[in-house]
Amino acid sequence: MAETSITPQVDGHGSAPPTAQSWLTGHPKRVVWMAVIAAFGLFWWFGKPWAAWAFKYPSAWKWTINEQITAAMEWLMNDATFGLFTFRELTRAISAVIEVPYDIVLSLLSTGFLQGQGSQAVQIVPPLSWIAVLVTVVAVGRYVRDWKLGALLGLCFLYLVVFGQWESAMVTLSSIAIAVPLGIVAALLIGLLGYRWTWFERAITPVLDLMQTTPVFAYLVPVLVMFGFNAVSAMIATMIYATPPMVRVTILALRQVPAETVDLGTMVGCTRRQMTWKVMIPSAMPTLMVGVNQVIMLSLNMVIIASMIGAGGLGFDVLASLRSLDIGGGIESGVAIVVLAIALDRLSQAMAERTHGNRVKPAGDENLVRKHPYTVFCVAVALVTGALGFTWGEIQNYPEAWTITSGAMWSDLVRYINVNFFDELEAFKTVLLLNVLIPFKRFLLSLPWFGVVLLLGVAGYTLGRWKLAVLCIVLSLFIATVGKWDKAMITIYLCGISVLAACAIGIPIGILSAQRERLWRVVQAVIDTLQTLPSFVYLMPVIMLFRVGDFSAIIAVIVYALAPAIRYTAHGIRQVDPQLVEAGIVSGCTPFQLLTKVKLKLAFPEIMLGLNQTIMLALSMLVITSLVGTRDLGQEALIALTRARTGDGIVAGLCVAFIAIIADRLIRAGADRMRSRLGLH
Amino acid sequence: MAERGPKLVCNSVWKLFGGGAEKLLRDSGGAPSAEAVAGAGLIGAVRDVSFEVREGEIFVIMGLSGSGKSTLVRCMSRLIEPTAGEIIFDGQDLLKASAPEMVEIRRHKMGMVFQHFALLPHLTVLGNVAFPLEVQGIDRSTREARALEIIELVGLEGRESYYPRELSGGQQQRVGIARSLAVEPELWFLDEPFSALDPLIRREMQDEFLRLQNVLHKTIVFITHDFDEAIRLADRIAIMKDGGIDQIGTPEDLVVRPATDYVAEFTKEVSRAKVLSVASVMTPLRKTTPSGGYGGEVPVSAKIGEVASLMSDNAKPFSVIGSDGKPIGQVTKDAVIDVLIQG
Ligand SMILES: Nc1ncnc2c1ncn2[C@@H]1O[C@H](COP(=O)(O)OP(=O)(O)O)[C@@H](O)[C@H]1O
Ligand SMILES: [Mg+2]
Repeated sequence: MAETSITPQVDGHGSAPPTAQSWLTGHPKRVVWMAVIAAFGLFWWFGKPWAAWAFKYPSAWKWTINEQITAAMEWLMNDATFGLFTFRELTRAISAVIEVPYDIVLSLLSTGFLQGQGSQAVQIVPPLSWIAVLVTVVAVGRYVRDWKLGALLGLCFLYLVVFGQWESAMVTLSSIAIAVPLGIVAALLIGLLGYRWTWFERAITPVLDLMQTTPVFAYLVPVLVMFGFNAVSAMIATMIYATPPMVRVTILALRQVPAETVDLGTMVGCTRRQMTWKVMIPSAMPTLMVGVNQVIMLSLNMVIIASMIGAGGLGFDVLASLRSLDIGGGIESGVAIVVLAIALDRLSQAMAERTHGNRVKPAGDENLVRKHPYTVFCVAVALVTGALGFTWGEIQNYPEAWTITSGAMWSDLVRYINVNFFDELEAFKTVLLLNVLIPFKRFLLSLPWFGVVLLLGVAGYTLGRWKLAVLCIVLSLFIATVGKWDKAMITIYLCGISVLAACAIGIPIGILSAQRERLWRVVQAVIDTLQTLPSFVYLMPVIMLFRVGDFSAIIAVIVYALAPAIRYTAHGIRQVDPQLVEAGIVSGCTPFQLLTKVKLKLAFPEIMLGLNQTIMLALSMLVITSLVGTRDLGQEALIALTRARTGDGIVAGLCVAFIAIIADRLIRAGADRMRSRLGLH
Repeated sequence: MAERGPKLVCNSVWKLFGGGAEKLLRDSGGAPSAEAVAGAGLIGAVRDVSFEVREGEIFVIMGLSGSGKSTLVRCMSRLIEPTAGEIIFDGQDLLKASAPEMVEIRRHKMGMVFQHFALLPHLTVLGNVAFPLEVQGIDRSTREARALEIIELVGLEGRESYYPRELSGGQQQRVGIARSLAVEPELWFLDEPFSALDPLIRREMQDEFLRLQNVLHKTIVFITHDFDEAIRLADRIAIMKDGGIDQIGTPEDLVVRPATDYVAEFTKEVSRAKVLSVASVMTPLRKTTPSGGYGGEVPVSAKIGEVASLMSDNAKPFSVIGSDGKPIGQVTKDAVIDVLIQG
């Protein structure tokens, strides 16, 4: 890049200490920046009397796109027709397609097969007995990897039974069982198209970006309006949420198939279809399975959140407890979610590692038992326990009397903490609120929107020329014109504080653990587990300790967003070329100098990407924390959801997405520049 | 050996990577100089290559990495489209063949072995070897029976149900070879098949390859960057450099009469005894048998290195036997020793 050569490295080692004069004249860009910041400061300080419009966006200028969207949605639902059928009929048809398989799975796992409607329904076939499900899970674990996995899965499901979470867990599992395969198939097909046609990939990339940055509540609203308050809506929302990463993974995985393998396919005379299904997809399978694992985990996360639009199950239990402040019950359901998440994660990871089968069985053996021992055994157990269940009810349904509840214990614990540590916790919270949080919030709210937009434009121009500048300006202007500036500032304040704290905690942990193999393994295990937990779960302990409000939200966001800060820092340091480290040692660096002058410097681009990820996670979590009473864009989306106002939800969602995109593009551009300056790739 | 007609002919094949390649070729009358190609920002991976591969011979293309060998062999099988030229296989111009025709030709007449094996990770040895037949829609028991035969031929019996990752590199390439032979191809391409293997294994695989060819008599295009390998295996060698061909000839031709300094550079180190045949040092048949009689008989195509130990125990000249089994000349110990001394 041309401007890199104008700006020499700013280490100052060796050369004479730079005077203020040379510090500026040597770096023309710094002069520009100082001027821009000074102008901004002056405007902020003195500008208000004569340019009030630049501080508070005049409501007369507001763009009421939210109302237009809501109206359009109403028109779509009430009047739109495609000639042969109406839009409403289309959504009903989609619902039906998903509902039928869902009903079957739900009947199998939870309700049993019913005849008749509503309260007159009679069960004709009972659902799988809890014993049958347990046995099946263990067998699947054994089949996929080994007895150890089987035992782990068995224990997880045993927990669900014993702690009385079975019913809800089976409902949640049914949603997953439908949403995940549908999501995977959809992602695979879209990914295949993207692989085949570059123009298609280029067309869907921004859509994927938007889908991944738009907070979940925002598209819960249109889904709710289109499909109603029910489990199908929840599954559709889940698929929208969980498939974009898999689409990317699919394209990537197909690209990674070695050119020789593709040549092989051509040389043996594969047709296009054979090439796709017999060569490309199987070769890409290991990477694809990583995507499948992601889909499962994201689906679980979303199915929980989607309890707000009618998915029952564990998410509904947590939500209900949150609303009634029943901490004990909430934590119990929360733990059940964790347990389910861990079980599904381990299972799908084992499947990803396994991909390429056990030893093939000798061909021609037609004996069913020998061919499919696990399947036969599980079906037998299901039938036997089902039959015995008619006589002995315990075999069919785990008796309530045998369940243990930990709810009371959790409530006691919370009470204990509150009784004994209330003052300390409260003082901690108050000090931070008064001295850090509130001043920062006030500061952000006092900034002139017009100045901020221009400032973002200048930053965009410096880092990525006109393209980035225009992007930053347009997106931030959108936030102002739709009248969400103040809410956006509150979002930025919550996100900013959380990210700073997450980095302040995460980067040192990353640095420490990067250089110690054993510690790193422990840290890695912890953050891996943290990342598998659905975001809803993080809310429980924080409200327990700090009750509702900004402070609780910030704590939850910090914990949720900590993982990438640690991971990228450690990763960045660990991948520093060992030769450079040795060079540093040979030239007599102390360990501290080695860290600051060599390792951190080289790891910096990677740490920036970690920061980027932290921001993305923080923003997605912030929306969820509106449930504990923040007053930001997340709350706007939440309100839109409860009132089913599509336009409001989408606009609030887009604002959050735009904040995310601006941050992402600026940081990425910065990291890229840094990287090319350091000569890394 | 039977009459060897050309099986595959390349006529002025060009492959230029980069935009505007066709235009450059047209503007320069079909033969741009290397400078013109580079000046247009293109990569001249294959430049004006012509040769023919005869039925039943091992035709080796030798060149250093980046000299365009892979590109050339991919042009011959039309895995990539040449920018210009003709590729004639059994009298048919492949570049004019339609896509379905190409599929048929590849399915039944061509086989290819890849440098990094290109085995499908989700299939067993059996599945991999049977794969070309599966693609053709042949039923399972037929194709597996056929695959088993070839697995045995390449010496992998007992490993049918292994997955590629459970095999060593040499074994993996045996699978690759078996797979390429499954359809009984007439034309067999091998793109640096042994380059990814350890030297000892490579040697073993070369022997194995020669043994197979003795049985199968395929028409072979063999790519390598290893001159010793080329010498060992080739009936004829084409030396490639920067996308063009420097010389085509038998190993003996190259060693005795290198066309360019570049070729001479390779042949300098080669042991003559291994390359030169008895024919190159024999004297024509005399009317009379020498006074002491002959010490024995040697075939005319034998390499000097092979007969040296036989002849060193015997002071008498040896009679040279032609391919028809009749004596055609004689060779003396001194002549053989001369070659051995040259190294
Ligand atoms: N798809 C491609 N695009 C651009 N250049 C290529 C491509 N494939 C090969 N080349 C270039 O063509 C030249 C010959 O490559 P290749 O045929 O792979 O050589 P070899 O097999 O002899 O090592 C190299 O300079 C290589 O970089
Ligand atoms: Mg090559």
